Amino acid sequence: MSTSEIDRQWTTRLRRRSFGKMPPEKMLPDTQPSYVSSWIYVFGVTTISALIVVIATGCVLAIFGPEWWHVSNIGHFVNSLHLWSVEIFFFAMVVHLWGKYFMAAWRGGRAMTWITGMVLFLASVVTALTGYVSQTNFDSQWISTQAKDAINSTGGGAFFNLTNPGQMLMWHIVLMPLILVALVGVHVVMVRIKGVVPPFEDDRVVQVAPAVAAAPVAPGAEQ
Amino acid sequence: MGTFLTAALFPLNHPDHYFHWHVIEISAANAIVIVLMVITFVAALLLPFPGRRRRKENQ
Repeated sequence: MSTSEIDRQWTTRLRRRSFGKMPPEKMLPDTQPSYVSSWIYVFGVTTISALIVVIATGCVLAIFGPEWWHVSNIGHFVNSLHLWSVEIFFFAMVVHLWGKYFMAAWRGGRAMTWITGMVLFLASVVTALTGYVSQTNFDSQWISTQAKDAINSTGGGAFFNLTNPGQMLMWHIVLMPLILVALVGVHVVMVRIKGVVPPFEDDRVVQVAPAVAAAPVAPGAEQ
Repeated sequence: MGTFLTAALFPLNHPDHYFHWHVIEISAANAIVIVLMVITFVAALLLPFPGRRRRKENQ
């Protein structure tokens, strides 16, 4: 096979494009800027850690089913782990969101990182709602009959029926986890490609630096 | 035994407590979570991060 043929292959083009945009040293960096050493930067990874526990406990619940999680002690325990990891997930995600909002984290070409984060938040709300109505208890009955009115008022009830437990369970354990995991992957890759947003003062230094470098040096000012 | 103890400490067999203020209505549980999130947010901004000084000296 000639070199030009190899160059035209979709695998070659995809590999070159991927490694060009996402070099390994950017995807798995050795160091981070000094401004990242603040507690406000830990809530993103806390959210992902909680999501891993949510998915792991969800898999265990899926294996054994509702009778097990309603009746047995270990089932109650895993069910509680699933609930409380969701609580931590939302708690950390909201603090992460506040932190990034006040940092204006969409600066420096990071708009898509911000947008994927916002879509993730909304998708998480849908995932939580479908989870609440999949508990198979009186709580889920109450939530589904209340929430159906809200969805029906938007016209969405035609294809998203909160009183259909089979449909809600499928959304909760198949569709929404796939969407969430894919979006988290995109979000994290975007953070790696663009880097963590710098504080406002560092951003100004970066913007001012070329102008300062280009300015003529006054006689006697050299050191 | 653990279940009875938990139920004794956190009795849930009653209606939720709600706060009403004009058009705003929020359960005590949700209000507590929001207050905790605000406290965590402020603490994350103010509390020193371990190793921050050492890292700055190294740069």
